[in-house]
Amino acid sequence: MLDRPAATGRSRRRLPSALPWILPVAIVVAWWSSTAVGIFEVHQMPPPPVVLEAGLGLWRRGLLQQDLVATTLRVIAGFGLGSAIAVALGTLTGLSRRAEEAVGPTLQALRTVPTLAWAPLLLLWMGIDEPPKLILVAIGAFFPVYVNLVAGMVGVDRKLIEVARVYDLTPPQIARRVILPAALPDLLTGLRLGATQAWLFVVVAEFFGASSGLGFRLTDSQQSTRVDLMFVAIICLAILGKLTDSLLRLIEGRLLRWRDTVGEAARQ
Amino acid sequence: MSRPLTVSRLRKRYSETPVIGGLDLEVAPSEIVAVVGPSGCGKSTLLRLIAGLDTRYSGEIRVDDALVCGPDPRVGMVFQEPRLFPWLSLAQNVGFGLRERNGRKARDLVDETLGVVGLSTFADALPKQLSGGMAQRAALARALVTEPQVLLLDEPFSSLDAFTRMRLQDHLLTAWTRYRPTLVLVTHDLDEAVYLADRVILLSDRPARVADVLRVAPDRPRDRRDPSLLGLRVALLEALHLERSQLDAAV
Repeated sequence: MLDRPAATGRSRRRLPSALPWILPVAIVVAWWSSTAVGIFEVHQMPPPPVVLEAGLGLWRRGLLQQDLVATTLRVIAGFGLGSAIAVALGTLTGLSRRAEEAVGPTLQALRTVPTLAWAPLLLLWMGIDEPPKLILVAIGAFFPVYVNLVAGMVGVDRKLIEVARVYDLTPPQIARRVILPAALPDLLTGLRLGATQAWLFVVVAEFFGASSGLGFRLTDSQQSTRVDLMFVAIICLAILGKLTDSLLRLIEGRLLRWRDTVGEAARQ
Repeated sequence: MSRPLTVSRLRKRYSETPVIGGLDLEVAPSEIVAVVGPSGCGKSTLLRLIAGLDTRYSGEIRVDDALVCGPDPRVGMVFQEPRLFPWLSLAQNVGFGLRERNGRKARDLVDETLGVVGLSTFADALPKQLSGGMAQRAALARALVTEPQVLLLDEPFSSLDAFTRMRLQDHLLTAWTRYRPTLVLVTHDLDEAVYLADRVILLSDRPARVADVLRVAPDRPRDRRDPSLLGLRVALLEALHLERSQLDAAV
């Protein structure tokens, strides 16, 4: 049966629900009223108008744009690098038992190192320029992408591979036409987790010896006790992180229309 | 004239357990052979060996007089489950095994085969939108589009309800009339065996050998209520019971 009752009625043209906005609005209200009532001092917890004004001030001086661009570019470059290596290496170890034996245990061991522990070492080796920041972001993005891709490739239904074998497909053809498409959902999950990690790591990278970026803005404002500017940076990070996740979800939705899951059914 | 399928002195063991113990089978062009036998007797193993999915056996399997030593485009297979690729449309699934998958000719072949199994209007549907019977028809189309000389079916309709199963048996006969492949059908359903087959091969319990062969009158279309078919079914049932009791006596 072609199951398309959703084409008519509410689900196709429903209005965007207000439900997701209730909680953020409540948080802003609580934030605002907590300073208004005097639970917090204004210099501890500046109310929304003060933060907005501080943000606009940064923008007028051109500093906010600079921070946003610097951080975003680091995330794009670092995430691109880390996930590209993860896809290449993951494809190799997902397909070849020998490659998995060769690098799998080492990567497993490296993964247990809290990734931020690399930061001081990278700084020492490569100074305070861009390379150590990019590499730190790349390390952050690498592991979720790699782990999820390999899990997806190893978990491909053996029965589907058997169909390809009946047609005498070569191992590279089986990889391209069966294993990789079947592992796509896991790869996309890995990319989303990797992107989240990339935003986390870029902030940490910018804590050390950066002269621009939202992470720099956070430490810089901390030293000058400008809590309002710290709030500006945090809100920007929240918005950027959310935008990245929404973009990846959109791509996921496009690529995975074929999936027969509760999530896909809700999307249609 | 070459023989589409010959199996001689076939033996197969999984580690120390013999599964097939000296099996001989010769199938004529466009013949429909049903293979029945106690469950776990090695019927599915037999198909996997003929399909070239497992090449560790002794004896001989020849398809079109050539020794089977791996998967062969002359042999197609339909499994118990549809095993469609969920990310491909129905048309792409059906065209999966074609050497040249793109272009006018491939598209025509796929369309024609979808028509044979009555799924023309669903060419662009995704597998998740299909019912079980439709998915299995698509799997049948995928196996037929490459026009294999030998088509192996491993309990292809066993997971469907009785009504859908009967419809699919007729779809299979329609497709067989159009493509005329040699069919080897493994089934648990004795009605299905006598309705579809020219010859029903009864296998013994493990290790499998040919225990009995029943011929069905070659006239088609057949009537499911035909008393002679029912008689054959009873004969098969008795032969199966005999197999069982001999086994029990031996234990």
